[in-house]
Amino acid sequence: MAAITANLYAQHDRAALLENRQATREARWVKVTILGAALTFFAIFLLLPLAVVFVEALAKGWHTYLDALVEPDALSAVTLTLLAALISVPLNLVFGVAAAWAITRFDFRGKQLLITLIDLPFSVSPVVAGLIYVLVFSSHGWIGPWLLEHDIKVIFAVPGIVLATVFVTVPFVARELIPLLQAQGREEEEAAVVLGARGWQVFWHVTLPNVRWALLYGVILSNARAMGEFGAVSVVSGHIRGETNTLPLHVEILYNEYQFAAAFAVASLLALLALVTLAVKSWIEWRAAQAHD
Amino acid sequence: MTKAPTLPRVLPGFGLSLGFTLTYLSLVVLIPLAAVFIRASSLSLEAFWDAVTAPRVLASYQLSFGMALLAAAINTVFGLLLAWSLVRYRFPGKKLVDALVDLPFALPTAVAGIALTALYAGNGWLGQYLEPLGIKVAFGPLGVLVALVFIGLPFVVRTVQPVLEDLETELEEAATSLGAHRWQTFRHVILPVLQPALMTGFALAFARAVGEYGSVIFIAGNIPMVSEITPLMIISKLEQYDYAGATAIASVMLVASFLLLLAINGLQAWQARRNGRSE
Amino acid sequence: MSIQVQNIHKAFGDFIALDNLTLDFPSGELVALLGPSGCGKTTLLRVIAGLEQADSGRVLLDGDDASDTHVRERQVGFVFQHYALFRHMTVFDNVAFGLRMKPRGIRPSEAEIKRKVHELLQLVQLDWLADRFPAQLSGGQRQRIALARALAVEPRVLLLDEPFGALDAKVRKELRRWLRRLHDELHITSIFVTHDQEEALEVADRVVLMNHGRVEQIGSPAEVYQQPATPFVYGFLGAANRFEGQSSAGGIAIGKATLTTGQHVQHGEVIAFVRPHELDIVRQEFGHGIPARVSRVLTLGALTRVELEGRDDVAGQHFDVELPASHPLAGSLITGEPVRLQPRSVRVFANPETAGAA
Repeated sequence: MAAITANLYAQHDRAALLENRQATREARWVKVTILGAALTFFAIFLLLPLAVVFVEALAKGWHTYLDALVEPDALSAVTLTLLAALISVPLNLVFGVAAAWAITRFDFRGKQLLITLIDLPFSVSPVVAGLIYVLVFSSHGWIGPWLLEHDIKVIFAVPGIVLATVFVTVPFVARELIPLLQAQGREEEEAAVVLGARGWQVFWHVTLPNVRWALLYGVILSNARAMGEFGAVSVVSGHIRGETNTLPLHVEILYNEYQFAAAFAVASLLALLALVTLAVKSWIEWRAAQAHD
Repeated sequence: MTKAPTLPRVLPGFGLSLGFTLTYLSLVVLIPLAAVFIRASSLSLEAFWDAVTAPRVLASYQLSFGMALLAAAINTVFGLLLAWSLVRYRFPGKKLVDALVDLPFALPTAVAGIALTALYAGNGWLGQYLEPLGIKVAFGPLGVLVALVFIGLPFVVRTVQPVLEDLETELEEAATSLGAHRWQTFRHVILPVLQPALMTGFALAFARAVGEYGSVIFIAGNIPMVSEITPLMIISKLEQYDYAGATAIASVMLVASFLLLLAINGLQAWQARRNGRSE
Repeated sequence: MSIQVQNIHKAFGDFIALDNLTLDFPSGELVALLGPSGCGKTTLLRVIAGLEQADSGRVLLDGDDASDTHVRERQVGFVFQHYALFRHMTVFDNVAFGLRMKPRGIRPSEAEIKRKVHELLQLVQLDWLADRFPAQLSGGQRQRIALARALAVEPRVLLLDEPFGALDAKVRKELRRWLRRLHDELHITSIFVTHDQEEALEVADRVVLMNHGRVEQIGSPAEVYQQPATPFVYGFLGAANRFEGQSSAGGIAIGKATLTTGQHVQHGEVIAFVRPHELDIVRQEFGHGIPARVSRVLTLGALTRVELEGRDDVAGQHFDVELPASHPLAGSLITGEPVRLQPRSVRVFANPETAGAA
């Protein structure tokens, strides 16, 4: 009975079910109040800021909008942003997979500490994240003098921006994979080994197909963060127009120069990126739910 | 967890994966972070103390931590209402609302910063109604609060939502059949189950808000002693090439981050225990 | 306190859980709602409690229409299949919950609550667990705490959803006896839902058999077992060999073979049931009875079960025969041996699948 009933209920929307039963629903005025407060909050803090980006971007017409996007400094900012993401996302993808594999497939001392350390970049202020690289690589830093001798520029140059981006996106893939691999357990991989599969075969044929959605999820989120990072990148960039400006930094410069329409035009690109990210994220969640049923 | 380190490992790649993980993490995260403390320790105690307790810096702690606390509290209340609505009510556009809750995770902070400023400036969509009432949001401490509420919004929703979804309806039914009113059921049965998740969400939102930079600096106005956040103090020290001062303040922030991280880990462990089904 | 349900109808989408059901539960009895998964028994229990709203129909408690009474005011004790104990409360607080939720005016004093809770814990013989949390209890203990919690508010009726469903076999047996004794002590009108026929027959005063949202039969355990009213009930209660055929002189014709019934049988297509212990094996290949072949002989303690396969017109069908282990046939039957089957007692029903067409 229980199984069939549960099945039946699963087909129904849970919210509908809860709302239809005396024991699990509130008085109508309570519901209206809660829903009203929640949606007003949602509209003021999420919808309005999103809308204002696009409205301000087009405030001076399509012409100004497009001009702001195709001017050379903007294009070089796009290039640098893409470059930073193209380097940091794959690096952290490999790291995330390796870390998740080590953590979920083996037992060793200090595992819990390692998990905490992986999460560390999330709790460090982006400004501090930038600062640590300045302390290591700047001319006053640990290896700054050596870099200077060999004419390698890290801080106020592209490598610094890439490093800062790598730092802030370290945890994304790992933290999606670890809980999933933990939940799935080791049995399937152990079965593969018993059946004669070797190292990489186990990973490619057994593990990877099971975690591809989580992997994509982590990649999407870390990509959004990589392209949108502001604080950390701002510290190491030096704000050299056309050279060390990413899109978010370019937005800042335009804004501080009171070129509001142009600033919002570039910002609208980033807002679109955010919307695409959310759409893909929702799609992945939907697919994962489908696969689960 | 059973430990059998003496047995040969069945699955391959232990050395490779753990070795790579540790090397990478050390190079990218741990060694650079250690630089802060090593640099800070090279300061004399007096110089360190002066740097981290300068009046402007003290004012910035008060603002950063105070507003972060307030923002996290606001997000706890409204995050619970949003999560509750998403799980328990039907309304048009629900899927869209659910997807957009994560906007602050996906939207670059600089974009959020200028958007919020445009909204709350004196001539903005909301500012034009608020300023005549004497409520000045943009370019002041209230602006900091608004930005911190924005970036912390998803945390409470996303920690509470799954717990609400998994909440057994039988618990509420049992309470009601025993004569409890709806509020009593919420207060004595539902809220205790949600409590660890609420606290975790609060701590996550708080931790994020304390260190936030991008969304705040545009709307804060950055008035010394009034609306300067701590991360901005680090930046301004750096701009004056006062690396020692920047490092000192950064080490204070890092210690705060570590403590928060520990607290969050503790809370999550508690939550896992609370929600562990005993049947 | 009596319960009546009248013309209750409940659908979930296309699925009809309760099909215009009318039932009486007399005061003071312990009634089992018995049926297979999805037969509507749990839904009926939840409708009586007020946890589920029927699409139409009425629920009468003690003759008063309670259909519009909120669960909170119905004063029914409900014990959930998975107990639904409040995890963050001690056993004591769980049992005290209903008392503490009462409006200030009629809420007992803390001292009174304490006395009452300990009394209930003594009743379920778990007073020593008062300070434990549910996670620290065994399944059987949780079940009894859930019952004590439901009894604390002095319910007019007690409803139990699969009360032993989540327990292992041994605890289940003990709790069954214990529930029966408790009911004899309290005499509170009680309904419990189960899919386990043994449980229903052992514990209940009266058994309601349900299938597809309808009542198939109501009666004492002995009645429903010995005089099943429908093919469904016969098949559901205990093992049965099933034969389909045409009524004929002297029995039921299944192809060229005849199942002798020794009684007059209604005309047309029929279904016949024979319990395994009421089927005889005749050691001959030809002659009277149903042709079969021994496929396996199993000795299960004092019983020997013979598994057979049909031959000729009943090829492909399987039959079971139970013999006392001391029976001469038990030791001598050979696998593959052709035999004939003759019933000592047959229960015949018109075939419901073809009755309408004929």
